[in-house]
Amino acid sequence: MKKGQPVIDRSISVISIKNLVKSFGDLDVLRGVDLDLYKGENLVVLGKSGTGKSVLIKIISGLLRPDEGTVNVLGEDVPQLRGRDLDRLRLRIGFSFQNSALYDSMTIKKNLEFPLVRNQKDLTRGEVLQRVETVLDAVGLSQTINQMPSELSGGQRKRIGIARTLILNPDIMLYDEPTAGLDPITCIEINNLINEVQERFHTSSIIITHDLTCAKAVGDRMVMLLDGVFQRQGTFEEVFNTDDKRVKLFYDYNFID
Amino acid sequence: MEVSPENEKRVRTRRSRVISRKIDRFFLALYDIFSFNVRFFKEVFLPPYEGKEIIRQCYEIGVRSLPLISLTGFIIGIVFMNQSRPSLAEFGATSWLPSLVSLAIVRALAPLVTALIGAGRIGSMIGAELGSMKVTEQIDAMEVSATNPFKFLVVSRVLATTFMIPALMMYTMLVALLGAYLNVSANEGTSFVTYFTQVFDAITFLDIFSSVIKSTLFGYTIGMVGCYKGYNSSKGTEGVGKAANSSVVTAMFLVFIEELLSLQVITALR
Repeated sequence: MKKGQPVIDRSISVISIKNLVKSFGDLDVLRGVDLDLYKGENLVVLGKSGTGKSVLIKIISGLLRPDEGTVNVLGEDVPQLRGRDLDRLRLRIGFSFQNSALYDSMTIKKNLEFPLVRNQKDLTRGEVLQRVETVLDAVGLSQTINQMPSELSGGQRKRIGIARTLILNPDIMLYDEPTAGLDPITCIEINNLINEVQERFHTSSIIITHDLTCAKAVGDRMVMLLDGVFQRQGTFEEVFNTDDKRVKLFYDYNFID
Repeated sequence: MEVSPENEKRVRTRRSRVISRKIDRFFLALYDIFSFNVRFFKEVFLPPYEGKEIIRQCYEIGVRSLPLISLTGFIIGIVFMNQSRPSLAEFGATSWLPSLVSLAIVRALAPLVTALIGAGRIGSMIGAELGSMKVTEQIDAMEVSATNPFKFLVVSRVLATTFMIPALMMYTMLVALLGAYLNVSANEGTSFVTYFTQVFDAITFLDIFSSVIKSTLFGYTIGMVGCYKGYNSSKGTEGVGKAANSSVVTAMFLVFIEELLSLQVITALR
């Protein structure tokens, strides 16, 4: 179970989604999703691969546009935002990609500096370096500052990916499959890091995963996406205490102790 | 076995559906390419301007192509001079070699060879780079960190190729003429001054100007094709390979078409 008691304010909804619909051609991916993320909360979205979990967070960050429904993030209606208004909102949302999405042609330092120097032009070189060192320290990888992404392991790349989003001090973190493809020890390290980020940076997060160990370790609340809608939600026990065969199958294949 | 009328009708309907889908896809692709070009012209004039990235790309595209361009240009000058000699020698007109070679190099060879090398080296590089950025979500990562990836990646690269291909073409021109000089000097004993006097007497301002304009168009095409193919690549690593490959093939094809069209225009102007 998750350690520590995060401060969750259930009176403030930082993300509010109503009746979200998204299709790709003939394929209906999301069919009326409703979701609230509360301030300070770690919300885990569970579901099989291809059920639209990543589509959901891409819509939240404005990378995809919904077909129907409202997506309200930090008081802004995301589908209605364009250009600089959308960019301003994006600065408050950190997105950790499944494959880390580090820029291959840049060193770790340049990767971390990139969002900062482009969006906070009044910072001096010293201040930028200090921020880079702070986030590298937060993810425990200070020694990699001059390395290239190709020189890092999968787990290190994930950490750097998270550090790159933290550098802008986001209010919301979106993690897309943070433990996918990692060994069990590194998974635990990433789970701990997600919890540390929540405590230290006071973020509200959505964690997309199909790894129940990760879900149990980081989630304050869980929702399960089945057939394009959230079928189950609550604590880990509440979600899996059901006779629904699809949910049971999902649990059985995750080998939870 | 006889085919029943219903089956035949069904097969025909299926065929016509497939054809109509292909036609739809063709026009959608055309529209997509048109929109990509329009977006480039919109973004190129709007701030923020990616000066540093444009300079970096000019270095990658221009300076890093110099060794290959130098070698190719030099060899072309020597080979063309060598191949032209026997024909002119038959008429006892070897003294016309510098004029003939300069016309060929300035009007056609330098722009075309530079563009083809550019399509091969630069087009594939851009296609593969952007393709891999696309499939590894680096372009999305740029977008969510409030950076316009189209401006940062596409506009800077297309501007760099548009500026650097004409510059590389001028360089190829000089190197090829120098290669041709070494050949003519070794065989006919022509002096440096005599050779270059004949070279510059043979060509006009229009020859150089039209080659620069043509190369600018080639540069834009190479950059745009590489960026379009890379930016719209899909299907994982296979897509990256395809993007790089089709960038080269499409850019070369378009360069030849543009060469043919520009030849008509320049001939009319002359």
